[in-house]
Order: sequence, then structure tokens, then C-alpha cells
Amino acid sequence: MTALVQRARMDDTLAEAVGPPPVVSLRAVTRVYPGVKPVEALAPTDLDLNPGEFFSVVGPSGCGKSTLLDVLSGLGRPTSGTVTFNGQAVDGVVPEGVGIVFQEDASFPWLTVRDNVAFGLKHSTVPADESQRRVDHALRFMGLADFAGAYPAQLSGGMRQRVCIARTLVTRPSLILLDEPFGALDQQTRLLMGDELLRLWRETGATILLITHALDEAAMLSDRVGVMSARPGRFIDMVETGWPRERDSSIVSDPRFGEITARLWSRLRAESLRAMGAQGPGGGR
Amino acid sequence: MKLKREHALTLARLGVIGGAVLLVEALCRSGVINPLTLLPPSRMAADLFGLLASGQIAHDMAFTAGTIGAALVLSIALGFGLGVLVHALPRVRRALDPLLASYYSVPFFIFYPLLVAIFGLNAFPLVVLGMAFAAPAMMMSTMAGLDRIPRVLLRVARAHRLSRVETVRQIVLPSAAPYLFTGMRLALAYTFIGVIAGEFIMASSGIGHAIAYAYEGFDNNTMYALMLLVLVVVTVINMSLHAYETRLAKRRARA
Repeated sequence: MTALVQRARMDDTLAEAVGPPPVVSLRAVTRVYPGVKPVEALAPTDLDLNPGEFFSVVGPSGCGKSTLLDVLSGLGRPTSGTVTFNGQAVDGVVPEGVGIVFQEDASFPWLTVRDNVAFGLKHSTVPADESQRRVDHALRFMGLADFAGAYPAQLSGGMRQRVCIARTLVTRPSLILLDEPFGALDQQTRLLMGDELLRLWRETGATILLITHALDEAAMLSDRVGVMSARPGRFIDMVETGWPRERDSSIVSDPRFGEITARLWSRLRAESLRAMGAQGPGGGR
Repeated sequence: MKLKREHALTLARLGVIGGAVLLVEALCRSGVINPLTLLPPSRMAADLFGLLASGQIAHDMAFTAGTIGAALVLSIALGFGLGVLVHALPRVRRALDPLLASYYSVPFFIFYPLLVAIFGLNAFPLVVLGMAFAAPAMMMSTMAGLDRIPRVLLRVARAHRLSRVETVRQIVLPSAAPYLFTGMRLALAYTFIGVIAGEFIMASSGIGHAIAYAYEGFDNNTMYALMLLVLVVVTVINMSLHAYETRLAKRRARA
């Protein structure tokens, strides 16, 4: 018995030293799109996302950021390598506990805001009263309570994106993947949405992976930023921001914010030029 | 403000129709239009009321309604099924596209005698003729609706682990609904045209047949009353469906 207790204490000590296991692990993941001229979107990539971490990915257009999200979420399969979520292999199916918010407006125009948000729970085993409670909370949390009966067409772009975030939120995912969710919004709205995202992250304790084009957004929101190379994408830098967990958009006036953004740009500039050379300006992702 | 403008537009439309009716009425009553050529609209309405009250055309109305109903249901089912199938087979679609584009340039009524020869002088050739008119409209609308489902919504379905059936029920059909509704509205209009025109050419019952019979017997009163009946029914149904379609489109239109 004493030996067992000692062994358990040793395991705890070891776990504390090593840290909790990653929520998501990518090992030597590649993605090649087949065709007459196959396109190598992802070069062999390794990545670990820690529990409760806010991780952003930046990179030039067409570098494979969205491909990375697809492979990581289970929406797409890697050509080679392995993806695990909470220790389980991910292969072509989005696992329970993963929520995804897309860049495009993905609200359902035929449903009211309330029904859009409730859609996330329609296929779950959550009891009806608990569903109702979660939907009400998500509507209040995202500032949509007064618009519960409205249709998406009656809302602004930013509010529609909040509807999509609320729809993901009600499922209580432990990993939230955001594919440039604020790409279509103006700068002020993006800053405010960034604040809301940070609030959401703190309150839910979820791990967040944000794909973004905006360096300032990545610098402001993240604990860690992964910088990707031009296609085939791979991580060429990992930038720790060192921000406290309690933060908001006011940190943009912190001198360190400028330093982080400058570092990201210095790593990205050459890659962006390379990507532009390969695709021409305005090339797709 | 917007509502007021729409009400004003509706009133203007009704005003134009009412004005035209009053003008025809005045021209007929004043003798400018020969009563053997055209009856005053008030006379047509009175005759129609008399026909309806006497029950004289009940059988023809029931026959036409039944034929249109059967042709409509079959057209919608066939058009929808073919639309889904061809949408799923891009190569077949590429081959069919030019044929579909020129489909309505074919004068289908020339085949009606052939259909009568094959199926006999009953409702069946009329149902086939109605379907020949209506099913392609439903098919093309179905394909257009499926084409326009935003790809991101299908990704949402996958993100929420929806099965194939659930995806169709909860994403595909609601998303394509406005196009499917348009297809159904067109199918109804084309079914009316196909069936009534078919009855007019060769049939033993139906409103089209009754109009042709009255025409051949110089019975202007019955002929115009039945024409008025067809016009009123078609206009009321189409305007109601159009109003609903517009409301549906507005609800979905992005700000």
C-alpha cells in the first residue's frame, strides 16, 4: 500500500514537472491536394496545443493556414502524419468537444437568432431545460438577447458572426477553432470582437486556435503565435507574447505590443513576398 | 416607409387592373366593341356566377382540378428527383445543359394527338402533357437551389457531426427552399397551361374542353364566363404564391 502511494506521488510530481498533456498534437502532418499538378499545402508540421492556451496562426495568403485547421479539426484528412485530440486520433470526423467558427457568414438565414444558437445542441443529449439555459446564457453573453427573435438578415455582419460563435459556445467545446472569424469586419468591430473573444476564452477555459491574417489581432489576443512560411506551409517561428490572462484590447498601447507585431512582420515579410511572387498579388489561400 | 411604398405599389397595380376592366366595360356598353366580339366584364361575372350556382360546370371543374393536381404532384416529384440526380452527376449535367436550355422552344402540343392515340381520350395524356411542361421547370429550379447552397453551411453540418440524412433535412432543403418554392410555383403555372390547352385541343371533359365547346357552339356567354374563371383562379393562386415567395426572400436577404 505504502509503495502504491509513493508511486502515485511520484507520478504526480512527474506530471507537474512535465505539465499536462497537450489537447491537440500534430506529428509530421502533411497535406497534398491531388491533381494533374499536385499541390503541397502543408510541409511536415508538428504542433502541440496546451490546455487553456490561446494560440494564433499567421502566415501569408495561400500558406496552408486553413488547411491546417481542416486537418486539425477532422474536416480534412492529412496526407501523412497523425493528429490527436485529447489523446484520440482525429481522422476525417470532427470529434466531440471541438467547436469551429468559420470566416464566412455561416448563420442559417431561415432560422431566428435563438434557433441558430440552439442548433448547436439539437443533436446532443443535453436535456431540453439545460439546452434552454445554455442558449439563454449564450445569447446574453454575446449581447444577442434583444435580437433572439430576429433573423440573421436583420443583423450586421459582426452580429451574425456573434451568432455563429454563440452556436459553437452552447456545445461547451474544450477546443475552439476560429478560421479568420473577423476577416470581413471593420477594424473597430474587430477590436471589440477581440475583447469578447478574450472574455469568452477566460470564462470557458477552452483552448483556442485562431487563424488570422491580422498580425495585430494575433499579437493582442494570443499567448503564443505560430508564424507559417509560404506554401508549403510549416512553422518558422513561435512567438510567446507573455500577456497576462486578464487582458483586453487596451494592451495595444503597451510598447511590447508593437515589439511583438514587429517581430511577427519581420518573420513574415520575406514569406509574404515569396507567396506574392508565386501567386501574384491577390492570390488565393 | 418601405411598407407604405409597397402598399402604394399594390394599390397602383390594382388600380391599373381595375381601370382596364372599367375601360373595357365602358367600351362594350357604349357599343364601341361589338358584344358578339367581347362581352362586358360585368356580364361575364354575372354569367360565371350563374354557371357556378347551377352546378353545370362542377364536373368539368373537378376533372380539370384533378388532372392539374395529379400532373402537379407528379411534376414536382419527378422534377425534384431528376434535379437531385443530375446535380449529383456533373458529366450528365454538362451533356444535358444545352438540351435543357432549349427545352421550352419545343412545341409540345404537337405530341398531344400521339399521347391520345397511345393512352386514349382520358385524363392520362393531359397529365403527361402537364408534366412535360412542368417537370423541367421544377428540375432546373432544384438544380439552381442545390448549386447555391453556401459551402460553408455544409461544413457547419460536418462540424456538428450531422449524418447525411440530417444534413439534407436540416441544411440542404431549408437552404434550397426558396428555389424549390419557385420551381413549384412555375410547375403550377406550366401545369395549368399544359392541361387546359390540352383539354382545349382534344378532350371529353374539363374547363378547356368546355371553353372549346362553347366557342364552337357560338355560346359567348359561357365561353367568356369560363375564361374569366380560369383567369381569376390562375391570377389569385399565382399572386398569393408570389407574395409568399417575396416575403420568404425578404426574410433571407442579407442586410
